[in-house]
Amino acid sequence: MSSQTIADHDHHDHKPVGIKRWLFSTNHKDIGTMYLVFALIMFFIGGSMAMVIRAELFQPGLQFVDPQFYNSMVTVHALVMIFGAVMPAGVGLANWMIPIMIGAPDMALPRMNNMSFWILPFAFALLLGTLFIDGGGPAGGWTMYPPLVLQTGKAFPYLIFAVHFLGVSSIMGAINIIATVFNMRAPGMTLMRLPLFVWTWVITAFLLIASMPVLAGAVTMLLTDKYFGTSFFNAAGGGDPVLFQHIFWFFGHPEVYILILPAFGIISQIIPTFARKPLFGYASMVYATASIAILSFFVWAHHMFTVGLPITGELFFMYATMLIAVPTGVKVFNWVATMWKGAMTFEAPMLFAIAFVILFTIGGFSGLMLGITPVDFQYHDTYFVVAHFHYVLLTGAVFALMASAYYWLPKWTGYMYDEKLAKIHFWLSAIASNVLFFPQHFLGLAGMPRRIPDYSVQFADFNMISSLGGFAYGISQLLFVYIVIKCVLGGKKATSQVWEGARGLEWTLSSPPPFHSFTKPPKVTKALMDY
Amino acid sequence: MTKVGGIKRTAVILTTVTLLMFGFGYALVPLYDVFCEVTGLNGKTGRISNAEASKLVVDNQRFITIQFDSNINGNLAWKLKADQNILKVNPGKFYVATYTVENMINEEIVGQAIPSVSPQIASLYFKKSDCFCFRNQVLKPGEKKKLTVRFEVDKDIPKDVESLTLSYTFFRALKDNKKAS
Repeated sequence: MSSQTIADHDHHDHKPVGIKRWLFSTNHKDIGTMYLVFALIMFFIGGSMAMVIRAELFQPGLQFVDPQFYNSMVTVHALVMIFGAVMPAGVGLANWMIPIMIGAPDMALPRMNNMSFWILPFAFALLLGTLFIDGGGPAGGWTMYPPLVLQTGKAFPYLIFAVHFLGVSSIMGAINIIATVFNMRAPGMTLMRLPLFVWTWVITAFLLIASMPVLAGAVTMLLTDKYFGTSFFNAAGGGDPVLFQHIFWFFGHPEVYILILPAFGIISQIIPTFARKPLFGYASMVYATASIAILSFFVWAHHMFTVGLPITGELFFMYATMLIAVPTGVKVFNWVATMWKGAMTFEAPMLFAIAFVILFTIGGFSGLMLGITPVDFQYHDTYFVVAHFHYVLLTGAVFALMASAYYWLPKWTGYMYDEKLAKIHFWLSAIASNVLFFPQHFLGLAGMPRRIPDYSVQFADFNMISSLGGFAYGISQLLFVYIVIKCVLGGKKATSQVWEGARGLEWTLSSPPPFHSFTKPPKVTKALMDY
Repeated sequence: MTKVGGIKRTAVILTTVTLLMFGFGYALVPLYDVFCEVTGLNGKTGRISNAEASKLVVDNQRFITIQFDSNINGNLAWKLKADQNILKVNPGKFYVATYTVENMINEEIVGQAIPSVSPQIASLYFKKSDCFCFRNQVLKPGEKKKLTVRFEVDKDIPKDVESLTLSYTFFRALKDNKKAS
């Protein structure tokens, strides 16, 4: 290394201070932190909308909000949680962890990285701002089905452009991740030695690149249908509203794997650490993730079994959907086999990870039930669907994100978090989320439709239980914020390795890692992962 | 080990893929139409030319019941009624059915009808040689008009289909819509 480059590095270590450090940041750790903080804020904004929903559903009859506002709460809650909380949290983790996991100095395209983050606040200003304008926010459901969504008032163009921005942001993030992993691995870090979190993110990034532009196209068609006289989805002009559902779910199904695959990666990092055993079936995990991703493009119509598909179509999409259970089963099996005869300890990350494996599997099974065409006609658009996707997204994706936060917080801040409080947070979350969502299965099977502000009295008891669980879950997340702030401010010093069973490059760096890590590429050997 | 040229290449390739996928979203529109036409999905009906029509063989043994249905979409102040509720037809023979449409308000309106045939498996065997659908119909205030559809049911129609429904929905034509608002 020449003296010139060393001087450059010295220069770089004088990081900008104050607001400029964040506004103009090209540092993967700072951008990762911003993503994570943003995701947490959005988690609480979306969460408070969920509180409005559960308060309204606490008793039958209309209590607190009018139906239009209720509908916009349902719609915006979904958009905020999907595009504002879970996806940015995933990208934030990728930013923070991928370079230090593969031994790279930073992300491949640092300026684009900055841009893809700073688009987000503007996109959500557009989306959330609609709640305060004439006619209120979008209220046609996050799936934006025409012709209903075309009846949205002034909020409509804001909704469309917010979705465009979010798409652009996540595609830029995806390109950056793939470019980093393909071009900046340390010597010896072969593809089949990549930590599983990196693998799942590479595959997620491909899903993003292949599916997000299709959503952008679909919402652009909505926009031109409303304002420029096209008839893509307008039957009066020879279009077809069902076409929108096909295009939307061609994006929408890969999207659900975009939300969950990074969670799979997180769990695959955490379980070996606390079971003190290498991950069981590493290669099969990689192939299972890839096959889930590929299959996700061939199952979209299982979201629309009731629109009147021909019987061959219904059968094809039913069988293709069943097929996804196979690689997913492989993953669950591997996680359990990793724990088998391991020397397990149960710190907060591990508790969340084990809860993930159990509760995600429950959500997976209810998904299988929904995937069976004939019975889907009963479950379609009921609370059974709501219970299903909250089991995979809340007790699935969000639990994995919580696990990752506890797992890596000591690495990020240099301090250990308060383990006792974290365990209380876990138990409150685990119990409350089940009280919240399990009764919704029964509500759905009994026929309660989703997206309604009022319901028949026979649904009252389960709704009250569900709402109580909801409030408990909401309040207990404040504890998480307290734990994070407490940890950032100080505590017991964390070692480089943090966890006794932690293996991999990121644990060879100090806690917190230096502002620029791996300026000299480390040498990666097989022994790095040995127990 | 950072490969600088590699980063640029990866970024260019991935951006291209992004643009292609955006195009693919739009390509799904014509693909969907072709798919519907081939499979008869969505109630797309078959067409028959005069040359083909002259070669038809009539199957006098079989009767199929055609039910006629009519709808008006939301913001159109018209009345549409089939002049016959049902018709029993022999496959391979041409029939003419009529609908009466009436403008109920004091304003000239342009409308357009969209057809649909169910069950889906039968829709391609329902072949029209002449139809008032997909054409702009102008009705003066209070005007009444007879609209005709000429069709035959193909003799290859699956054996288990005993009846099918022909449905028309009138929409306000898009051009007219704009004028009105």
